[in-house]
Amino acid sequence: MQAIQAIYTIWLREFKVSIRERSRLVAMFAQPLLYLLVVGKGLTSAMTLRTAPGGIDYLKFMFPGIIGMSLLFTSIFAGASTIWDREFGFLKEVLVAPVSRGAVALGKSLGGATTATIQAIILLALAPVVGVSLTAAVVAKILVVAFLISFAVTSLGVAIAGRMKSMQGFQMIMNFLVMPLYFLSGAMFPLSTAPGWMKILMRVDPLTYGVDALRGLVFSSTLIQLPLGGTQRLSVLARATGLIRWSLGFDVGVITVVALVLAAAGAMSLSGAE
Amino acid sequence: MSAIIETQGLIKRYGDVTALAGIDLVVQPGEIFGFLGPNGAGKSTAIKILSTLLKPTAGRATLAGFDVASQPGKVRQSIGMVFQDPSLDNRLTAEENLQFHAMLYHVPRSVRQDRIARVLTMVDLLDRRKDLVSIFSGGMKRRLEIARGLLHEPQVLFLDEPTVGLDPQTRAAIWEHVRRLRSESGVTVFMTTHYMDEAENCDRIAVIDHGKLQALDTPEALKRSLGGETVIITGDAALQGDIAERYGVPVQASEGTVHFQMADAAQFVPRVVADFPGRITAISVKQPNLDDVFMHLTGREIRAEEATPLDRMRMMARRWGSQGRR
Repeated sequence: MQAIQAIYTIWLREFKVSIRERSRLVAMFAQPLLYLLVVGKGLTSAMTLRTAPGGIDYLKFMFPGIIGMSLLFTSIFAGASTIWDREFGFLKEVLVAPVSRGAVALGKSLGGATTATIQAIILLALAPVVGVSLTAAVVAKILVVAFLISFAVTSLGVAIAGRMKSMQGFQMIMNFLVMPLYFLSGAMFPLSTAPGWMKILMRVDPLTYGVDALRGLVFSSTLIQLPLGGTQRLSVLARATGLIRWSLGFDVGVITVVALVLAAAGAMSLSGAE
Repeated sequence: MSAIIETQGLIKRYGDVTALAGIDLVVQPGEIFGFLGPNGAGKSTAIKILSTLLKPTAGRATLAGFDVASQPGKVRQSIGMVFQDPSLDNRLTAEENLQFHAMLYHVPRSVRQDRIARVLTMVDLLDRRKDLVSIFSGGMKRRLEIARGLLHEPQVLFLDEPTVGLDPQTRAAIWEHVRRLRSESGVTVFMTTHYMDEAENCDRIAVIDHGKLQALDTPEALKRSLGGETVIITGDAALQGDIAERYGVPVQASEGTVHFQMADAAQFVPRVVADFPGRITAISVKQPNLDDVFMHLTGREIRAEEATPLDRMRMMARRWGSQGRR
């Protein structure tokens, strides 16, 4: 019971702080818009997907990827804010309190996941721009998957930040961990057409499964007119052409396992902290 | 009355470096107990061990009857901490910081608001409770931290260098608060400092250097133990040795002056002038203070604090912060 209150306390603080910072709020709205409207639209006008059937343009393909990206960046930042907490002393207040370090890490991860999931809701509101229709049930499923992904990534951020002593290392994380995680996740190009060596790396990247799950869900309630008449669901078309590879159950299974491992790593990293 | 803090042979090593070389001490409930020593003497290490942030390499320590190594949860519930550096969340208001703390320390919801109001009143911040901590001055932040440290009614309040970086007025105000809260709540105060004048406020002082206790007594007894007044002489370079030889007293040299303790020093002054004609340029006599005690115990002055790059950054941040305020 006390552990739950501690987790709730840490979560509440994370949440309050994240919605209070105006710059962070602006970034929360502006960043996805920038990627979707500028990068997405720009790329769509210049290229087509080799394997994509009619009706799937690049913007549609990239939309779930942008949700994945936004989850990744927001969550890793939320986890890495542990470094800021250390730098400005607040971490000490938490570490000397009579609560377990596991509860601290868990509260922090849940807080980061909450913020990232709210951002995903904002992005989903842009679905009509992309030409994707969503039902309430699908949105609910997407948010569950989004929460799971961002919980895992925030835990990763906490696990790394818990061991870091200074802010300098954060840029390294961004360059050598977050960017590769993103580029290799299948968010920007499909795994099926990537070179062999890259396919291996993409399969290792846990975010690949997150993006695959998001793509399956985002495409699941959109009907596409077939050239020969009749309609077909977008997700079925994408699956047939290898743009979606695994079943939702498999994807969610992989993300869950990764989330549990990373949550444990986050808790361990804080329990060694002074 | 049983001890509130007790340590036996407390040792902490970091690789080859020994930070604490076996500390034995007993603190009684309700005391204001001071840990006095230069930076790097082991004060912060000791406070970290007592507050369960560090595990000792050897020896044991109990706080309110709980072992700091094996019962950290119970110890943490029994202590309030005010760290050397601010540990508030600047993005929350004063009240929100306290609410956060109350929830972490399991203060029942029914008494939370009352307690928050009470501790804020104690440090004169009640009217600022809705303000973001980021606009608080250094002194206000420290007062808020003291209030926070008391919120869960701990038995021991740790203050790690509570007045570093504060102006003299704020320092005096904080001391007033500390004394008042001790008389109001009966809390034991365990503090570290490297300001000698500040240590005078403590009931008892442990002088620590190189990880060892050099002395432990009341400030008055420590000063009395020097036997007499402090004589400070400015003169030629050989004076230190010559005076030590002639009068058989330990003499310390520092920045071109020599210091030593002498009973009835006022009568001694004409004698020393006559004994070393032409070699002395100035003499003064003063009542011994804790600086002299420290010098007597360790053979040197307490080192002035050197600003680390982080301190400089903080000072800059403070300056910018104050410019931003109305």
